[in-house]
Amino acid sequence: MNTNSNTYTVIYSTVLVVVVAAVLAFAAMALKPMQDENVKKETITQVLTAAAQSDADVTISEDTNVMEMYVEKITDAFYVDGNGNRKGQMNMGKEDLNKIQVATTADLKNQNDIIKKIEAGQADLLSSLELPVYVLDINGKEITVIPCYGAGLWGPIWGYLAVTEDGKTIAGAVFDHKSETPGLGAKITEDFFQGQFPGKKFGEGEERFAVVKGGAKGAENGVDAISGATITSQALGKTINTWSKYYEPYLSKAAAAKQAAAEMAAAQEAAEEAEAEETENVEE
Amino acid sequence: MKDFDFKETFLNPIFKGNPISVLVLGICSSLAVTVQLKGACVMALSVTIVTALSSLVASLLRNTIPNRIRIIVQLVVVALMVILVDQVLKAYVYSVSKTLSVYIGLIITNCIVMGRIEAFALGNKPFASFMDGLGNGIGYGLILVIVAFFRELLGSGTLFGFRIIPESFYDLGYMNNGLMILPPMALILLGCIIWAQRSIQKELQEK
Repeated sequence: MNTNSNTYTVIYSTVLVVVVAAVLAFAAMALKPMQDENVKKETITQVLTAAAQSDADVTISEDTNVMEMYVEKITDAFYVDGNGNRKGQMNMGKEDLNKIQVATTADLKNQNDIIKKIEAGQADLLSSLELPVYVLDINGKEITVIPCYGAGLWGPIWGYLAVTEDGKTIAGAVFDHKSETPGLGAKITEDFFQGQFPGKKFGEGEERFAVVKGGAKGAENGVDAISGATITSQALGKTINTWSKYYEPYLSKAAAAKQAAAEMAAAQEAAEEAEAEETENVEE
Repeated sequence: MKDFDFKETFLNPIFKGNPISVLVLGICSSLAVTVQLKGACVMALSVTIVTALSSLVASLLRNTIPNRIRIIVQLVVVALMVILVDQVLKAYVYSVSKTLSVYIGLIITNCIVMGRIEAFALGNKPFASFMDGLGNGIGYGLILVIVAFFRELLGSGTLFGFRIIPESFYDLGYMNNGLMILPPMALILLGCIIWAQRSIQKELQEK
């Protein structure tokens, strides 16, 4: 057969491409569930790791079944908009582990695109934001985990911040990145850096948080940058600053509600006590 | 077609005809993925699988491939293998596939793979081609692992993520060599390996 004729070449390439496409499509279909599972598991691990830093008794190791732990600790998972209003519920997997819903980095990227538009002053999109919020119960303490996502030096960086009941204090942080320089910017994932966050507080207004070159010098709303990784450090500071700004309405509302509830409970208790005393007095 | 010495076909690219240190191919990826030993090992394994399988497939197809589009056919075969490896890594060893990120995809452009298909697989029987691909992949991987060993040990003080240089050394003033983490140092290490090999195997020296 003449393998150099035009007809043969065209038929050959067509058949080849169809066969290859079929093999790839099959492989992609077969492996997709596992890949999605991996992405979900990673998000869950990061949410849990951030929250667990608030309590030394809660640890996560390689052997931890993060799915079960997540279901055990999670008390609420939902979306809020930029005005602090609740928008939708995520499945927490209480009935079925496989049904856990989380916002993956792809979802965070979409939100970040909206945030960028708002930052650029384009239209009022605050109410179209759908920012994920995870509320976990870590040994009786209520920890809210909020993500952040932005551009690093080479690719996206993102992270999860665990916030305590007052909506201001950071209890833990986990960061990750796609392609920062190994040994420099990639160090944002290491403990020495993330360990600086517990105990820090968000500031007010535009300067809510910063990763500071030359040392934060004990400032409440800043941590030390990584030497040799100025751009990644600054980008991370900016990312936290921006995202926390859009979570602020929700966090302050939640904190206020909690305080009001606590005051109400205290008042009720006092009233009950007074009543009890009164009845005692009457009896006397 | 004469019979091949399979052992020779397999061993030659590992030492005497090493794709990196003798043919000086595939340099870019060896700079990029050798910061950590773990990444280098997975990369070595992936490249070995890709070269071996694509050489095998290309060799099976060698009598049917229209000569005018043979480079394109080779590229399709290599790309198929690379995408399969990438997908499998994403499904089974997610953390590693994350560290290697784009470099797995870039195996497609690794000159070693295409070079071996063009130079060997298209003119040889499938099994011989498979052994040649395997040998070249391992030869590539060997250099990768040697470079990564020094870069991780001297650059981070660890191997496979485990601390090798004790913390007490750091207290005494020892410091990690920051240059080791950056790509230029891989090039210098590679140069040292080539130098060492050519001093031992004198026949490689150019007159």
